[in-house]
Amino acid sequence: METLAMHISNGIIDGPVAAVFAALALAALTVCVLRGRRDLDDRLAPMAGLVAAFIFAVQMLNFPIFTAGVSGHLLGGALAAMLVGPWVGALCVAVVLVVQALIFGDGGVAMLGLNITNMALLGTAAAYLLIALLVRVLPRTRAGLAVTAFVSALVSVVVASQGFVLQYWLGGTTDLGGNLAGLAGTMAGVHLLIGIGEGLITATTVLTVAKVRPDLVYALRGLRPTSAPAVPVVGGVR
Amino acid sequence: MGAGHGHVLYRDSDSPVHRLPPEVKIVAMVVFTVAVVATPREAFWAFGAYALLVAAVAALARVGPRWLLSRALIELPFVLFAVALPFLGAGERVDVLGLRLSEDGLHGAWNILAKGTLGVLASLLLAATTTTRDLIVGLDRLHCPQVLTQIATFMLRYLDVLVGEARRMRVARISRGDDPRFLWQLRGFAAGIGALFLRAFERGERVYLAMLSRGYTGRMPAVWQGDGAATAGQWLVAATVPVVAASIAATAVVLT
Repeated sequence: METLAMHISNGIIDGPVAAVFAALALAALTVCVLRGRRDLDDRLAPMAGLVAAFIFAVQMLNFPIFTAGVSGHLLGGALAAMLVGPWVGALCVAVVLVVQALIFGDGGVAMLGLNITNMALLGTAAAYLLIALLVRVLPRTRAGLAVTAFVSALVSVVVASQGFVLQYWLGGTTDLGGNLAGLAGTMAGVHLLIGIGEGLITATTVLTVAKVRPDLVYALRGLRPTSAPAVPVVGGVR
Repeated sequence: MGAGHGHVLYRDSDSPVHRLPPEVKIVAMVVFTVAVVATPREAFWAFGAYALLVAAVAALARVGPRWLLSRALIELPFVLFAVALPFLGAGERVDVLGLRLSEDGLHGAWNILAKGTLGVLASLLLAATTTTRDLIVGLDRLHCPQVLTQIATFMLRYLDVLVGEARRMRVARISRGDDPRFLWQLRGFAAGIGALFLRAFERGERVYLAMLSRGYTGRMPAVWQGDGAATAGQWLVAATVPVVAASIAATAVVLT
């Protein structure tokens, strides 16, 4: 499962389409920087940096799915949207992708725009639209919050995978003919399974944070007064 | 994602490639990659020439083929995708070893394999010869928006700290008898991630306060830029690789 969740490498999508998506990603990231500053003002750099490090670290933690043989890891897009909001969340995931392409050779450099569009923009946008909707519709209980996190994480992973299918349809280097629907189906099926794991972990993680520091959960802002007293947190001041 | 991120890919050495300024290497790598991607896939000889170019730079940088090839395994999932293409592709069929395969699919598989591998090798060479700090300095000198380089700096600075914390929490959990084997036993793992987020976020707040108390006003001090931007000579030396790659690509486009 882990190996399937990888970034698009060079040569899968043709050059012009990759360039168009690179321009799109650049424009969207500019918006994210501007809106992120509104959320965090000059705290943006250190806070977003730490959140990006958090996402990166989380992606390095493997958890067992069936015994030790098969393991997966969190993608973290929906988790970031839930905890720090769509703008900073997308920005952090994008920075993680840039560093992974430049330093780790994961995902082609020429395909960076495509990867950022799928995982940082589409995934986070889908997650946040669902979060904004579900937080208002569902009861404001722990169960409601858990369902919100689960559904948005699940959908965001599947939407990101369909972004790849769209790009392949626009500029795939091999004509699949009628098999494009098959590609869409396979990608959706595989990512549905990944998304279930992603959703379960995202939900549990958000519940943990909401219990200790509800004021830090972006999705809950403006919905309830931050009445819970700040409980001293594990780790303490260092 | 996944494999390989835990390793530090930088190979400490003192080769001509290591000594080049980072911004020069980044531009060379990106231009090389774009040239490779722009090459028509039928020009088989061009990819051989690119491979020779990569091998020459690797030899110059004193990076062994074993190291490069084992790290390049990160590409494996897309190799599997490439293998599936000849069976899925549309259009004319050809007989290969008794199998009816799509000709277009075979070309597509070759395309992904060749371009993907060359891209990964180029990234690995950059990573092997440039420290992460230099890489950020290079991006900054290339006028990458400062907010992005700042975020990337904080991320790389604290990544090891957070990974270390996560490892300690895992050891603590396991030494207290937690042994998650299946997806539905993930509570402990996920609660740990929640705690990790709180620690990360609060560390960010402390870092910000520490920066404020040292006079941070939203821009980084001049020291940040590092010293000695690339000279014209260094640009010329490093330009050899992308220029050769670009001319190979241009020749391939003209010939096909």
